[in-house]
Amino acid sequence: MIEAGFFYLFGGMAILSALGVIISGNTMYSVMWLILCFFNASGLFFLLGAEFLGIILILIYVGAVMVLFMFVIMMLEVNKTAKREGWLQYLPVGGMIALILFIELVAAATSGIFTTDKMAMMSHYGGEVNNTVEIGKVLYTELLLGFEIAAIILLVALVGSIVLTLRERQDAKYQNISEQVKARKEDRLRKVSM
Amino acid sequence: MIPLSDFLIVGAALFSIGIVGLFLNRKNVITILMCIELMLLAVNINFAAFSHYLGDLDGQIMVFFVLTVAASEIAVGLAILVAYYRQRRSIAVEDINTLQG
Repeated sequence: MIEAGFFYLFGGMAILSALGVIISGNTMYSVMWLILCFFNASGLFFLLGAEFLGIILILIYVGAVMVLFMFVIMMLEVNKTAKREGWLQYLPVGGMIALILFIELVAAATSGIFTTDKMAMMSHYGGEVNNTVEIGKVLYTELLLGFEIAAIILLVALVGSIVLTLRERQDAKYQNISEQVKARKEDRLRKVSM
Repeated sequence: MIPLSDFLIVGAALFSIGIVGLFLNRKNVITILMCIELMLLAVNINFAAFSHYLGDLDGQIMVFFVLTVAASEIAVGLAILVAYYRQRRSIAVEDINTLQG
């Protein structure tokens, strides 16, 4: 079945590239692996019928966030400062925690509680229209408050990151606008008697 | 028809890999941020899977909000990193202990 084939392709590649993110020693390679992981997750979203989210994931994550990561890595020269010695020191503890969590999650997922026949099946919002129209219909009417809160969060993050990275340059020359406005003719002109 | 549990297992695997990555890359802040992104992606896959199999659109709306918060978190986090790098010329995690007092 072609759908199952695509699921195993996207899911397997997502997991493998996630492993590449955490194993790779070079931070830039980690970013590349994470981009591959996002592409495959986007494929999973497409399989789930969430086309809008799949495209948004590529546009926002691959197009904006990962480019921002690369920009910061190249600007800060992280590769020189990243020290790798002793990086396997915490593998037993972290691996055991993650393994236990993984086993628990898989046990919960395969326990039969989450089979679709026991869930209350509701119809999709529109049925006929596509996924983007459905999301838009819900997002701009019922969930308008959440949408606006998300917009405000983005605005605060925008202003906050600008304020955090803003600095006064000592060597640059600035206009002092209040001094310019306050200047009178007597300050600039001087009558000399010849 | 792929069962719902397969998608949940993929999400669980990505989340666990993210946790292992937090432990493995303790000295690199940027990789830590990437592992957080990975864990949020796992949660998003779970939301989208439940949304599809329940026939309810609210899961996808929740993914939308999670994406918003994750993007702003990364923006602010990287801005903090840049500001810190200007102060100390290093972003090694073991040097970031000046807030201890």
